[in-house]
Amino acid sequence: MTEYNFAYLDEQTKRMIRRAILKGLAIPGYQVPFASREMPMPYGWGTGGVQVSAAVLTPEDTFKVIDQGADDTTNAVSIRTFFERTAGVNTTTTTSDASVIQTRHRIPEEPLSAGQILVYQVPIPEPLRFLEPRESETRKMHSLEEYGLMHVKLYEDISHHGHIATSYAYPVKVEGRYVMDPSPIPKFDNPKLGDMAAVQLFGAGREQRIYALPPYTQVVSLDFDDHPFEASKAGHPCGMCGAIDSYLDELIIDDAGGRMFVCSDTDYCEARQAAGHMGKDNGGKDAA
Amino acid sequence: MIDLRNVSKTFTLHNQGSAVIEVINDVSFAVAPGECVSLTGASGAGKSTLMRMIYGNYLTQAGEIRIGDVDLVQAAPREVIALRREVLGYVSQFLRVVPRVPTLDVVAEPLRAVGGTEQDAQARAKVLLTQLNIPQRLWSLSPTTFSGGEQQRVNIARGFAHPYPAMLLDEPTASLDAANREVVLSLIEDAKARGAAIIGIFHDEAARARVCDSEIDVSRFTPGVAA
Amino acid sequence: MTPLLSVQGISKRYGTHIGCTDVSFDLYPGEVMGIVGESGSGKSTLLNCMAGHLTPDGGQVIFDTRTDGPRDTLTMSEPERRMLGRTDWAFVHQHARDGLRMGVSAGGNVGERLMAVGERHYGDIRDKATDWLGRVEIDASRVDDRPTTFSGGMQQRLQIARNLVTGPRLVFMDEPTGGLDVSVQARLLDLLRGLVRDMGLSAIIVTHDLAVVRLLADRLMVMKSGRVVEAGLTDQVLDDPQHAYSQLLVSSVLQV
Repeated sequence: MTEYNFAYLDEQTKRMIRRAILKGLAIPGYQVPFASREMPMPYGWGTGGVQVSAAVLTPEDTFKVIDQGADDTTNAVSIRTFFERTAGVNTTTTTSDASVIQTRHRIPEEPLSAGQILVYQVPIPEPLRFLEPRESETRKMHSLEEYGLMHVKLYEDISHHGHIATSYAYPVKVEGRYVMDPSPIPKFDNPKLGDMAAVQLFGAGREQRIYALPPYTQVVSLDFDDHPFEASKAGHPCGMCGAIDSYLDELIIDDAGGRMFVCSDTDYCEARQAAGHMGKDNGGKDAA
Repeated sequence: MIDLRNVSKTFTLHNQGSAVIEVINDVSFAVAPGECVSLTGASGAGKSTLMRMIYGNYLTQAGEIRIGDVDLVQAAPREVIALRREVLGYVSQFLRVVPRVPTLDVVAEPLRAVGGTEQDAQARAKVLLTQLNIPQRLWSLSPTTFSGGEQQRVNIARGFAHPYPAMLLDEPTASLDAANREVVLSLIEDAKARGAAIIGIFHDEAARARVCDSEIDVSRFTPGVAA
Repeated sequence: MTPLLSVQGISKRYGTHIGCTDVSFDLYPGEVMGIVGESGSGKSTLLNCMAGHLTPDGGQVIFDTRTDGPRDTLTMSEPERRMLGRTDWAFVHQHARDGLRMGVSAGGNVGERLMAVGERHYGDIRDKATDWLGRVEIDASRVDDRPTTFSGGMQQRLQIARNLVTGPRLVFMDEPTGGLDVSVQARLLDLLRGLVRDMGLSAIIVTHDLAVVRLLADRLMVMKSGRVVEAGLTDQVLDDPQHAYSQLLVSSVLQV
């Protein structure tokens, strides 16, 4: 523990990042530039989220990391280990026990409570990027609230697929002002973004942007009057715990095309199984 | 209706040693509603030049050209545009249109420009094209592909589509057969009867004698010719 | 009558080089103004200054706005000017790909301005887009195709539809028929004439093609070395040019 400053980053860097976070909280949905540091992991592995976590962690915190909902993937394990070694904080896989949760691509199923912080890893913070490649122009569009282009993307979806086919990184409007990319979470999670008791922080390391949603922020998923937003998911119960209200991963389980659907949130699924709920692929009593 | 006072024009050819050519010198005459005046004079006397000046196509250096209560010499471009749309018609010897527009629309266009509905404008165009013996199978085609005589008749139909209070006709009966010549002359007589003031150039002496009330010999006002 | 656009003393320099200098004119509703001149005469600089793409060094561009009457668009705030650019103004580029989103379907291209002014009903937006494709003579079955699959003439017509869908009052056009086949040009000219008449549009068209201005423009300005050397009725300027340069320009082209 003497090799590194607490939580790896030096205090000046943390101050700089905290300022960006506070500004982000003051202007919900606005992308605040920050001087992203080189981290001992490649871009794309959550360098933005790691820097935000490092800036908010205190020695008393309990830290949890999920990747696509799971605590046990390489990415989640390595980031959890990173902070165990550089900050010495307690870690957990239990959502309700964690005070800071870093996540890639999911919001936990269990509702978060006041006092918790959810840190998102963000690959591309600019929701307008794929339609307007010029950063100078997208900044202007944000500042002038020119968001017609965002609907062009949804229009294209409907015209090509008959419905809004965007299923993750689904754009939202924050407090009626900024259009924001919620990071590549499934649109199933979009309704949880709004009115959340926890603080939500978004860090994009390569793109050097931080943005934030303070507790109980209004977040609305963009849509058309005649094609309203739908938080869709696979129409199955979880094969392991039988839950019908959780986001599911589809697993191919043999060479004959057999497959099963299981909760992507491993903590949620295991907690339900521990409470006696079993799905059809796991004893089957609780098939619905 | 049409009133010229002390009208003069010169051409300055800047790219040919700045030669200054006097073409019209001190013309004055007036045409009343219902009257038709013919411009006469030898070829090159300046008949077409004077007519183009009265249409505002050529710039007039001095004098007044009053059409109704507008002085064309002093008028702003938009006043001339409005005048041409509503008051002053011009049948030139050449048909100048966008290449692929159907004949029916070419003839109907002046009426559409003054706010007529497409239906009314086309109905009037059909009457005129029928009168001038343009076969119906040609109406949907562009007149740019027509023979010279057919183009001339389309041009006349277009010129008579809207009942202009003042009209300029440059050789309206040239290259027409007897039957169509008769139609054009009766169109001119009808226009006079409804009170149009008309200035025309007619090489066809019989036609001139039939529709014109007086003649102006333009060569009297062209210094080059007179000298 | 209030001019729709009143341009007063517009000047733009590029260092010591004059882009355009001291250009003034009024444009009234329903008028089409042509600006001709050789390459480098300053006509495109002037157009871009008027349309807000370039900031002139001096002068005023006063537009008769719907809500507040005549306003100098150069001193307007940028949001206001950009709003004008999405509503009452339109700009047709010479190269359609500069004015279109090539990765977005024809319907999305036309619908963008509608969505930009707040339309949020997919069915309505699509109906209007399809209607406009029809008005510029693009088959409705192409509504979901990208402009990359269109011919040059179709792309240009799509660009026009995209610009006119919100019913602008003033259209800036930069060589709208440049680079198109002669037959395609004629079709486009006819289309533009019809739209100008039916929508009561005012337009400013920059071109070096005198045949185009003869057929489209009511009025004409001739530019040379950044200055307007002659202005007047289009047919008068073309048939009886007064300035030495205009005479040279008119006599230099094949009969139009």
